[in-house]
Amino acid sequence: MSVTTPPAATTRPSQSPRVHWRHRLAERGVDGQLWLLAPAVLFVVLLFLYPFFYGLGLSFQPTEGGPFSDYARFFGDAYQRGTIWTTLGLALPAALLNVLASVPIAYRMRGRFRGKRLVTILLVVPITLGTVLTAQGLLNFLGPTGWFNRVLLALHLTDEPVRLVHNYWGVFFSLIITGFPFAFLLVLSYLSGIDPTLERAAATLGAGWWQRFRAVTLPLLMPGLATTFCLTFVLAFSVFPSAVLVGNPAGETRVISIAAYQAAYEQYDYPYASAIAMVMGFIELVIISVVLLARTRLYTGSSGGKG
Amino acid sequence: MRVTAPDFSQLRLDGVSRRFGSQDALTGLDLTIQAGEFIALLGPSGCGKSTALNCLAGLLPLTAGSIWQDERRVDTLPPERRGFGMVFQNYALFPHMSVRANVAFGLRMRRLPRDEIRRRTTEAIRLVHLEEHADKLPGQLSGGQQQRVAIARAVVLEPSLVLMDEPLSNLDAKLRLEMRTEIRRLHQSLGLTTVYVTHDQEEALSLADRLVVLRAGRVQQIGSPQTLHTRPANWHVADFMGYRNLWPMRAQSAQGALVEVEADGFRLVGDPVGDIAPGEAVMAGVRPEDVRVDDPGEAATNTMPAEIEVVEYQGRELAAEARTAAGIRVHLRTDRRVAPGDMVALIIDPQRLLIFPNDSDEQPSGPLVDEVGTRLEEPGLVG
Amino acid sequence: MATVTGIPGTGVPGVGPARPRRRLVARPAAWLIWGAVIFFFLNLLGIVGSVLVSSFGRQWFDTWLPEGFTATWYSDAWNQFTLGQVILVTLEVSLLVVGLSLLIGVPAAYVLARRSFPGKRAAYVVFLLPILMPPITYGIPLATVLYKFGLAGHLSGVVLANLVPSVPFVILTMTPFIEQIDPRIESAARMCGAGLRSVFLRVLAPLLLPGMLASAILVLVRTVGMFELTFLTAGPDSQTLVVALYYSMSAAGIRAQQSVDAMAVIYTSMMLVLLVIALRYVNPTQLVARVKEEPEP
Repeated sequence: MSVTTPPAATTRPSQSPRVHWRHRLAERGVDGQLWLLAPAVLFVVLLFLYPFFYGLGLSFQPTEGGPFSDYARFFGDAYQRGTIWTTLGLALPAALLNVLASVPIAYRMRGRFRGKRLVTILLVVPITLGTVLTAQGLLNFLGPTGWFNRVLLALHLTDEPVRLVHNYWGVFFSLIITGFPFAFLLVLSYLSGIDPTLERAAATLGAGWWQRFRAVTLPLLMPGLATTFCLTFVLAFSVFPSAVLVGNPAGETRVISIAAYQAAYEQYDYPYASAIAMVMGFIELVIISVVLLARTRLYTGSSGGKG
Repeated sequence: MRVTAPDFSQLRLDGVSRRFGSQDALTGLDLTIQAGEFIALLGPSGCGKSTALNCLAGLLPLTAGSIWQDERRVDTLPPERRGFGMVFQNYALFPHMSVRANVAFGLRMRRLPRDEIRRRTTEAIRLVHLEEHADKLPGQLSGGQQQRVAIARAVVLEPSLVLMDEPLSNLDAKLRLEMRTEIRRLHQSLGLTTVYVTHDQEEALSLADRLVVLRAGRVQQIGSPQTLHTRPANWHVADFMGYRNLWPMRAQSAQGALVEVEADGFRLVGDPVGDIAPGEAVMAGVRPEDVRVDDPGEAATNTMPAEIEVVEYQGRELAAEARTAAGIRVHLRTDRRVAPGDMVALIIDPQRLLIFPNDSDEQPSGPLVDEVGTRLEEPGLVG
Repeated sequence: MATVTGIPGTGVPGVGPARPRRRLVARPAAWLIWGAVIFFFLNLLGIVGSVLVSSFGRQWFDTWLPEGFTATWYSDAWNQFTLGQVILVTLEVSLLVVGLSLLIGVPAAYVLARRSFPGKRAAYVVFLLPILMPPITYGIPLATVLYKFGLAGHLSGVVLANLVPSVPFVILTMTPFIEQIDPRIESAARMCGAGLRSVFLRVLAPLLLPGMLASAILVLVRTVGMFELTFLTAGPDSQTLVVALYYSMSAAGIRAQQSVDAMAVIYTSMMLVLLVIALRYVNPTQLVARVKEEPEP
């Protein structure tokens, strides 16, 4: 076993260089146990990092033109460029609504009450079902002859069926149906992580319920809300099946994933598809970083509840 | 269980050091442990005593130094091959195994014959009086019982060395006293060699043959309980060993073997620990029980007129805090019925007033354990 | 938040008046909140219910309910879409993904939960990145690479693609389970003479079994429901149920609407069975995501 001897200046009295070298690494936490990470590292390198960088490289090798011509093509074409705004126009309001609606509802439900488990189980259902089935249900339910429009007609709230599918609203609803329970359950778990005695302490100091919420619970909840927003946003941003099925994939709900998909699987232009995927990932990461950066300015220590 | 003859004569720690990043947790610990000895590593939290124990166990690699069992070098061996037993602060019992399986675990790891495993397990369980609980899971036992299981699990292997990491700190005060006796009894009857880590000076004094006091990763003093009690090597050790009165003063002149010290025009005579030159900054220390209370007007050496300020009832005695005319705060214990506001004379025998050199700016911290034995928070150690 | 007004100015500040005061205000807000929840559930019921009713309906145009009920759409769907084969593939893919992701994820979770080492933060971020990225973003380059190596279009490609979000998910769900186990229990085992292998097999494995079961079932649910990655990498005979459902939906008009609905119901019931099993072992929140703060450096 060949081991480089450490420079004389740093040598401390020690019996053998081998032990010394091992000790120095072990002191920093490096030893044989780290091999347990090897399969996961291999996995992440081969199946995530390599394809990602391969795609990145591919995006700079377009079938024709200079290295940036695929990006130029994407941003130069208003029809393609517009997918960014279409996607953000769907994802941002949907994620925001999901998180904001979750807060008061989770706040009410954070205590124990009968049927709480049932409510949470019911909420898990749409997440489990996934976007494809939700889309199928929405087509039936919100369609012009679906139950929703029938109820509106029966209640004389409208004279003719409201168009709710094959447009923006169909996709938006599908994002709410799957996204809201997701956001709600996360917010609920964050809320129940906040020690309830903190609010009681605030009450003994004379704070009313709004003051308690505003000055104690909300600040402790904010980091959780930021994380929830990020995760909900990722879900909404990658909207694909519902945009095709309940939306108008050629028009107002032509989101960026559709553009990427079409480039790859309809035009078989992989460099262009990779370029679009990179743009998509970049925009998403920018928004998440902004939120997470803002989150670091918040108090993120222990909130006293369950660890 | 048969009493094991120790299979070695001494264990030697040679400059054992451990760093965490840039922080020295333990620096140059030299210690020779004779077979059959009971050693206590004592010190406040963060002093390096647990680090020392974990290095000895092999759970932490050393940064420098070596450990020798007679002529066998052990610090390069993994913990499972050192043949030591260990009792953990929170017991660390395997929650999914019965008491019996917990105790038998080490024997099974050694691939001993089934009969022998059963025999030795049963014996060890009897030794700690848990026969009726042998088939329960650890979660069904009380803290004291769990501690007994942990001890049985460690000693069933007849280890050449038993390491104990604050084994009593999770127990309530009464149980702690009981288990203390139990541990000492097992140590003697099984002929074990024990290294015991604690921050409780009373526990260490009552259990150990020798104490090692650590502070900030360095050995402060090694000695018998008596030496540490009556003759601490420096004021830090004194602070830790129950010298609640520690007053920064200045040395004046030698008076035979004694030395006169002064602060704000107030003079005392005490017994110097080490060399002290006139004019040197010193720390004068005395235990509360060595401060005598007398009627005002008494005029022996080291008499201080003082007013009683706070009185705590502690059974036969009272613990009190008094303030002298010069403004010095004195902790004392007395069986006189004093009350706040009483004017008294406090007298300290010069032999009991130790004068330490004071080379640091640090303030004494006071003892970690109060008289009843209530443990102060020690973050990071509580499981 | 609704109605902040109406706090009566009576009562001295303190504990006493806090309770009745809260009641007075909370009521309208409570009604509003419960109303919203009920509205949400009614819609959900409508969405799932309309698929269910339609799949049993003989014909359904412009009426509240179909004209008559029949179960023939199910046998139609079963034959038309070769569902037997599709379900078999779905199960194969999911079980392989579960097994592999546990094998890769659990040891990694152990190291990440227990140890600190240089670069740990970076490793953590890289492992979690696949969860933070939209599947389409990394799915397209991944599919391109898999096609390049001839793996896509087959079962192996689908399994590999589905591993990408599953392994991080296992790491995420296992970490708290591992953190719960006192490291001193492992130290105790080693002091008893157990080598690393014995520590893992005899002490850690039994203690981690509930956690592994939980994360296995979570990965199973997610893999069966995973659309994008399977869609991008599956060939004609390696489609899972969701992808088959998507194709039959986008080809609407060719197939009878009801048999697509029947297929959707088959998919739904499969997911619900999994869900019921899952909820025996995990709480609903875990199905969504295990939220963990970044580890302290």
